[in-house]
Amino acid sequence: MSDRNGETAAGSAIRLDHVVKRYPGAERAAVDDVTLAVEPGEFIVLLGPSGCGKTTLLKMINRIHEPTGGSIHIDDIEIHDLPASALRRRIGYVIQQTGLFPHIRVEDNVATVPSLLKWDKSRIRRRVRELLELVGLPPDQYARRYPMQLSGGEQQRVGLARALAAEPTTMLMDEPFGALDAITRTRLQSELRRIHRQLGQTILFVTHDIDEAVRLADRIVVLREGRVVQFASPLEIVTAPADSFVADLVGADDVLRRMSLIPVASAAQGGLTGRSSDLEEISGSAFLRDAIGQMVETGADRLAVVDEDGRPVSELSLDDIHDAVGEHEPAADPTVSAGDQ
Amino acid sequence: MDTIESVLEFYRERSDQVLELTWNHVELSLLALGFATLIFVPLGVIFSRMTRGGSGWVGAIASIRVIPSLALVFLFYPVFGFGYEPALVALTVLAGPPLILNTYAGMRQVDASILEAARGVGMNPAQVFFKVHLPLALPVIVAGMRSASVEIFASATLASFIGVKTLGQYIITGISLLDTTYLLAGGLLIVALVLGAEAILGAVERLVRPPVA
Repeated sequence: MSDRNGETAAGSAIRLDHVVKRYPGAERAAVDDVTLAVEPGEFIVLLGPSGCGKTTLLKMINRIHEPTGGSIHIDDIEIHDLPASALRRRIGYVIQQTGLFPHIRVEDNVATVPSLLKWDKSRIRRRVRELLELVGLPPDQYARRYPMQLSGGEQQRVGLARALAAEPTTMLMDEPFGALDAITRTRLQSELRRIHRQLGQTILFVTHDIDEAVRLADRIVVLREGRVVQFASPLEIVTAPADSFVADLVGADDVLRRMSLIPVASAAQGGLTGRSSDLEEISGSAFLRDAIGQMVETGADRLAVVDEDGRPVSELSLDDIHDAVGEHEPAADPTVSAGDQ
Repeated sequence: MDTIESVLEFYRERSDQVLELTWNHVELSLLALGFATLIFVPLGVIFSRMTRGGSGWVGAIASIRVIPSLALVFLFYPVFGFGYEPALVALTVLAGPPLILNTYAGMRQVDASILEAARGVGMNPAQVFFKVHLPLALPVIVAGMRSASVEIFASATLASFIGVKTLGQYIITGISLLDTTYLLAGGLLIVALVLGAEAILGAVERLVRPPVA
């Protein structure tokens, strides 16, 4: 909730201090002393098996659930210092079931928060069109339709547009793509990344899908029984899981899984040589799995790694892949805890 | 056919009386439907929001259905005597079960995730109720009004037993004189009113139902 007048909507810093949620009569706390600091503009994925407290944790940030202990700050404002409805109008909220209002048109769904904030009509209309464009739904075709006339993927795009409407600096997303088919899910994931790059809000995103987490996250929070087990970059989570729980969760022992999570750029050890320009090229942001595929297909044992502009920066060999995939055993020390971030 | 002829003849000869009785019938029915809606829809809403005991109350009120309509018309005799008021009260009570059952069910069937989303985007409780919850329950509530109106328009006939001049007048006369023309003249109009009320509220119901695919 930083400066909202600026041209570029920035992200909020979010700080959780010793947050606890204990449901009456429950044996253990659903969220147990979680401390996290999220940088402005970070894409954070909360990852864990069902019942680990990830959704509860997320929903405490917009006070759908009230914490029983600790404090939550968004840009130095303690969330309980604002009325709940005022707080929520400043936070984008997307849920798996879309939560779209079936009795009003797509344009009115998207206009929900600006209307609550009493923006004037022409500004709302402009904003709605802009947002529908942004999420890939041509306004002329979609604005006047009703949610139930759309496919699941289109509905979730509308949900995203609604959440973005009042230029929130924080977005909370609870398994938003969980009910979609694999192709639609992948497409929406990459569009969400694009929108995030473009707008730069802080996003907290809940999922139990490790592939989704790795594809989206700047950093991943791994939760187990209400506690933070590891808070690190996707690569670190996969290559250096904090304990056997994390290793099992992310399938760190699965060679294929690891190859599909380790970027080519981080594995390539070979410097550029004279023959780099003759080699098949692969993007540094591709994963080792893609590299192996390309090697098998072309019969090459070395690939030239290129940056985003297509310039060769290094070479990748089969040995490099072997080293990258083979060298990381699950860390013996499982003591990375919530407080250490 | 002679009977049809005689009924049409009946309507022609007594058009003023026919119109008056029809209007009385409609007025009494609409008043009862209005009062019943004002009483039982809010009750249904309140019961639907109770964390426990709500369905018990709904069941208790719905059990009015076991009382025959005719008995209900006479039930308020000791309190109000004969006339308009006891008829109105009886018809209002008669509309209670369908209204309260549908209101309760309509409120309860709204997807919890939609209500959570409404809160989540920053609606206050009143906004969640009036902008989302009630509009989404409305088609089912209107369906309840439709069944209630059928009950009321049909049973307004019985009001004539306690001295209210509705179309029931013709039925009573028809029975006592064993005159089919009276019976048909009254019966046909009552059927027309019931079907008309059902059709109108059915149209309203379609109007408030969000379009699908």
